[in-house]
Amino acid sequence: MMGQGRLAAWGIGLAALVALPFVYRDPYHLHILVLILIWSFAYTSWSMMGRFGLVSLGHGGFMGIGAYVTALLWNHLGWSPWIGIPIGMVAAGALALIVGYPCFRFRITGHYFVLVTLALSGIVLQVITATRDYTGGSLGYTPNRAPGDKLWALQFDDKITWYLIALGVWLFGIMVWHWVDRSMARYALEAISEDEDAAAAAGVDVTAEKLKITLLSALMTALAGAIYCQYQMFITPDTVSGIAVSLQMVFAAIVGGLFVSLGPTFGAVITILLAETLRIGFGTKAVGWDNLVYGVLLVLFIIFLPKGILGSLLDRLKPQRKVPRAHEQEAVQIARPGA
Amino acid sequence: MLEVSGLLKRFGGFTAVNNVSFKVDQGEILGLIGPNGSGKSTIFNMLSGTLAPTSGSILFGGSEIAGLPPHRIINSGIGRTFQIPRPFRRLTIFENVALAGFYGQGRHSRARAEEAAERSLAMVGLPTDRHASVDGLGAAGLKKLELAKALATAPKLLLADESLGGLDEAEMGQAADMLRNIRDELGITIIWVEHIMGVLMRVVDRVMVLDHGEKISEGLPSAVAGDPRVIEVYLGTDAEITQAAAAAARRRAGVQ
Repeated sequence: MMGQGRLAAWGIGLAALVALPFVYRDPYHLHILVLILIWSFAYTSWSMMGRFGLVSLGHGGFMGIGAYVTALLWNHLGWSPWIGIPIGMVAAGALALIVGYPCFRFRITGHYFVLVTLALSGIVLQVITATRDYTGGSLGYTPNRAPGDKLWALQFDDKITWYLIALGVWLFGIMVWHWVDRSMARYALEAISEDEDAAAAAGVDVTAEKLKITLLSALMTALAGAIYCQYQMFITPDTVSGIAVSLQMVFAAIVGGLFVSLGPTFGAVITILLAETLRIGFGTKAVGWDNLVYGVLLVLFIIFLPKGILGSLLDRLKPQRKVPRAHEQEAVQIARPGA
Repeated sequence: MLEVSGLLKRFGGFTAVNNVSFKVDQGEILGLIGPNGSGKSTIFNMLSGTLAPTSGSILFGGSEIAGLPPHRIINSGIGRTFQIPRPFRRLTIFENVALAGFYGQGRHSRARAEEAAERSLAMVGLPTDRHASVDGLGAAGLKKLELAKALATAPKLLLADESLGGLDEAEMGQAADMLRNIRDELGITIIWVEHIMGVLMRVVDRVMVLDHGEKISEGLPSAVAGDPRVIEVYLGTDAEITQAAAAAARRRAGVQ
């Protein structure tokens, strides 16, 4: 349950975020904020299943499908992103079910699940590159500029509009996170992540619960890809799909904190600021450095700070949860003799 | 209520359960005993859906449940505990049981699940406080939690797997009484697998004895205890168990 204080803090924070672009208009900084919000949403989407031990390296694939399906339908068939985005999401969701069902049904978990999803990422990247006649291959792809109705084409020139869209999408992601966190499904998924047989013995349909969260996560990730495409108006296989993007999601979510709602957002702030700092500070000399830094930090975090930065900070601040001591349990026993 | 016929389970070339048939009547407590590796847990795993039988039939309330996935079997009214408690440590005690109350009863409503959790926790004598952590529980507490989880699924038939292993004598007596209370107060039929024969014989209505995957005897506790085949295969090893227990008791006494 959310306390009054926390609710108030969220309200004030949100009001400040909404007001920000009207007060502060620096386009570069707004651009960075939009990127942070969109990627935060993508990372949050990944963490929906990542937090339950379902570590997927296939989310680059879902993001790529969301971005490319939307752009391709617009350019080739003239279908508005308002139609294209749901189709992209459904396509990603279908792929998630096709890959997820056999994995969950036949209990492919842990490292093996990671490997299967890794292949998924690679395959989507290869398909985009191989169908270069349609997708532009590794050179990238640009949605056609809309001559008329900007809203219909979901193309906007000003940063403020995009900032507000990105903020809305990000907020939606956080709300879904909280909705899952408070649902019975969270109990089931926590139980499944610890012991599938015991969860099944409690009546949980293990395969169905895992499929549901995977589907939700894939749909949201595809949406992130489509929004990214509409904002940047230029996508390449490497920026929206593939293993690098998947790894970036894992890294950001773990660094920020997998088990708190704002953890992935915190991770996005760190990764994007890191990438930008390297880009501006070292220019082309530092191409690929961010990935190296990610890799090293990822190892360090998994070993020393598995709850991530935000998760560990909150743990520090929160008073320790009261663990009932042995004598309290004895008291209960005495109070119910023979039970 | 439960009718098992020709139940068979092979693991590769090894036959763990060989052509076992038995019936359980509404409201009775059936004891299932046998030496280690005699197939008791394998039978439980097939009854609860954790393992699919190689062949044979399991009729529960008139419908065939052999080979159904565990969640469907649980939802049809069979609850189980595990030999070694398997709590969910990332959840609180209350959440552990509420989870079973929600998913084990066909996902009605959260309120109903929490009600079931409160009732089950009270029944086994665990705190109904929402924030108590599983880490605060000892061996006896974990067994109770295991039982509370099974009860929260509102079973008609409870499969209790060696629920007394690792408990001291007073705790054992309490646990045996608890199983009897569960039958008497909630009307739940029970199959109870147990190593420790003394306590079991006191509580059960009927006993079935397994050896090497086969049923060798079945009947009233007094009759089974006198069956020469049972004395041969089971009480022979039971004497060893008694010896080991006596040695353990001497050690404890020495420490104190």
